[in-house]
Amino acid sequence: MHVATSPAFKSNATKAIADAGLQKALARSRPQFMARRSAAVAALPEFEALRDTARDIKNHTLAHLDFYLERFAEKVEAAGGTVHWCSTADEAREAVLRICQDAGARTVTKGKSMISEELAINDHLEANGIQPIETDLGEYIIQLRHELPSHIIAPAFHLNREDWEAQFRKSHTDLPADRVFHERRDILTEARAKLRARFLAADVGITGANFLIAETGSSVIVTNEGNGDLTQTLPRVHIALASIEKVVPTLEDCASILRVLARSATGQAMSVYTTFSTGGRRPGDSDGPEEYHVVLVDNGRSSMLGGEFQDMLRCIRCAACMNHCPVYGSVGGHAYGWVYPGPMGSVLTPALIGVDKAGHLPNASTFCGKCESVCPVRIPLPKLMRHWREREFERHLTPPGVRTNLAVWGFFARRPSLYRMATRAGAVSLGWLGRKRGRFARMPMASGWTGGRDLPAPEGDTFFARYARAQRSGRA
Amino acid sequence: MTREAVLGSIRRGLRRGPLTDEQAAPLRARLASHPRHLRPAIAEGDRAALLLRFIANVEREFGTVSLLPSLAAVAEAVADYLASQNLPTEFVMAPHPDLQSIPWAERPMLRIREGRAEATDLIGLQHAFAGVAETGTLMLPSGPDRPTTVNLLPDTALVLLRASALVGSYEDAWDRLRAERGGAMPRNVMLVTGPSRSADIEQTLELGAHGPRRLHILLIEGG
Repeated sequence: MHVATSPAFKSNATKAIADAGLQKALARSRPQFMARRSAAVAALPEFEALRDTARDIKNHTLAHLDFYLERFAEKVEAAGGTVHWCSTADEAREAVLRICQDAGARTVTKGKSMISEELAINDHLEANGIQPIETDLGEYIIQLRHELPSHIIAPAFHLNREDWEAQFRKSHTDLPADRVFHERRDILTEARAKLRARFLAADVGITGANFLIAETGSSVIVTNEGNGDLTQTLPRVHIALASIEKVVPTLEDCASILRVLARSATGQAMSVYTTFSTGGRRPGDSDGPEEYHVVLVDNGRSSMLGGEFQDMLRCIRCAACMNHCPVYGSVGGHAYGWVYPGPMGSVLTPALIGVDKAGHLPNASTFCGKCESVCPVRIPLPKLMRHWREREFERHLTPPGVRTNLAVWGFFARRPSLYRMATRAGAVSLGWLGRKRGRFARMPMASGWTGGRDLPAPEGDTFFARYARAQRSGRA
Repeated sequence: MTREAVLGSIRRGLRRGPLTDEQAAPLRARLASHPRHLRPAIAEGDRAALLLRFIANVEREFGTVSLLPSLAAVAEAVADYLASQNLPTEFVMAPHPDLQSIPWAERPMLRIREGRAEATDLIGLQHAFAGVAETGTLMLPSGPDRPTTVNLLPDTALVLLRASALVGSYEDAWDRLRAERGGAMPRNVMLVTGPSRSADIEQTLELGAHGPRRLHILLIEGG
C-alpha cells in the first residue's frame, strides 16, 4: 500500500525542484501538452459550447445518480454481467480478489486505471498470491520501478529515455545485457513483446472505465495503445473497475463528453480506441471474455454529493488542469504525495484521505485560475481549493504562525483607514531602506520569499495612493 | 446489502429518498429517447463532403485509405497494399458475408484464414459497420462475423468500409447500430481512430504500441 506523503508536500516540493531529471521532463512535456490542447480547441469552433454541454450532462447525472446507477446495473445484469456494489476501498479490493480467486487466476493483466491506483488493487492481489501486470506502457514501467504515476494520463512522463533503458535492462534479465536501444522505438518494441506474452497468459483482465452507460449497461475505456482492449478481450474474465460518478445516461451523452475529453487531454480530436463493453461473450462469438464484472466503487464520492465539493464529481480525468498549472509545472506529480496530483488532486485528495493529511495541497496554488479556464466540465477548481482552506482553518489545522498573521492582517483589513496608514508607513520605510539596491536579499519574517530570490523594494507609494491619484487625474 | 448502502449514501447526500414513479418518468423518457446535444459543424455535410472529411481525418491520424469502385476491386487492392509495404500475403479475415463475397480466387497468391485472430497473425482484414466523418473514426461492433481480436492482434489492420456506411457524427453511427440491432448493444463496440500509438516515452509519438502499427481502410464507393 502506498502511504500518502501528502503531509510532507513542502519537503517533497523542495526535492522535486532540485531533481534535474524531473525538471528536464517538465521542460520537455509541458509546452507540448499546452500547445496540443490549444491547437485542438482552435480547430473546433463549438468547443466552448461543448464544455457547457458536458458540464450540464454531468450535473444532470449527479442530481439523479441513484436512478442512473440502478438502470445501469439492470442493463449489465440483463446482458449477463454482474455488478458488485462497494461502499469502501476494502470492499472493492475484496470484490476484485474474490472474482480473481473464483477464476483460479494466477496472473492478471491490467489496463490503465486511476481508481485501481486509488484502491491499491495491485498490492492486495500480490499479497494474495496473484500477479498483476500493468500493460499501459507508462504504467508498466511505473510498476517495475515501484512508483506511483506522476500524471493521470502520462504516468511516466517524469522519466527520461535513459531511465527507461536502465529499467528494462534491470527487469528483462532474460534478454542480452549488451543489447542496444538505438531509438525510442526499440524500447517500445521490447515492451510490446514482453507484454504480448502476458496478455495471452492472463486469466483475468482488469480495466478502469471512463464512462458507464445507463442506457446500455456498457463500460467504456478510452486509450491510445490498445492495451486496455487486449486486457478486456483476451482473458476469460473481464473486470471493469469504476467509481460511481462515471455513469452517464445515454450513448449520446457519452458522445458529447468524448468531444471535449481527448481534445483537453492529448489534443487529439478522438483517442485511438474508444471501446464499449457490454456483458460477456455471446452465442456464436469466437472471442471475448466469458465473464463480465463491474466493480462499482463509492469510496467517499457519495459524501461529496449535495455539498460544496459536488462539482468535483464532474471530473473526467483529462489532466488539462495539471498540464496548465504553474505549481504542477514546478514540482511535477509525485510531490503531491498520493494518486491524484495537480489542481484536481488538490481538491480530490483531501476528500479521499482527509484534509488533515492533504491540507498542503489546496494551499499549493497561486489561484491564477488557469485550471478552471481549461477544465472541459468547468469545475471551479480554485473555489473548491479555497473551500478546503476554509475547512482547514475552521478545524484549526492551519499552523499557529499563519493563523496569527491572518488575524493581524484581518484586524487591519477590517479598518480601512488604519490599513492604508499602516501599508503607507510600510511602503515608505521599506522604500527608503531599499533605496540604494532597489531590492532586499534578506527580510525578517519573509525568509520563505528571500530564501530563493530577492524581495523588490517598494517604490515609496502604495497602490491605493496611486490609484486615487490616477482617478483624480482622470486616467483610471 | 451493499447496493442499498451505496444508494442510501447517495440519497443522503442528495437529501431525498428514492425517486417516485412520477419523478422518474422524465428520466426514463430521456433514456428511451436518448436526445442528441449540440453537434459540431464538422459532423454535418453532404455525402461528398463527408467522404472527403473522413479521408482527411483518417490520414491526419496516420491511417491510409484506398478509394475503390466496388468489392470486385478489393482483392487487387489488398495484394497491392501488402506488396507496397513488403508484407507477407497471408492474412486472417473476419467471416463477414461482404468479405466472403469478394472474388479472392482471382488473386491466388493471397492466403486467407477466416475467423478470430491469433497472436501470430501479422495482418487482419475487418469489416467496418460504419465510418464517422467527424474524426475519421471506424465503428467496429463485435459478433460472430466481426471478431474483436482481428482489430487488435495483427500488426497491420486492413478494414473494409462501404461509403454508404459513412455518417457524419457518432450519434448517427449509434442510430444506425440501434436500427440494425433493434436497440440491443453488441458485446463490444470499438470506435477506432487511426493506428495504435503511445507517447509514454518522452512524450514522443510512436505508432504500434500494443495494437496495429498500420491502419489501412478500403473504402468502397459502389456496390
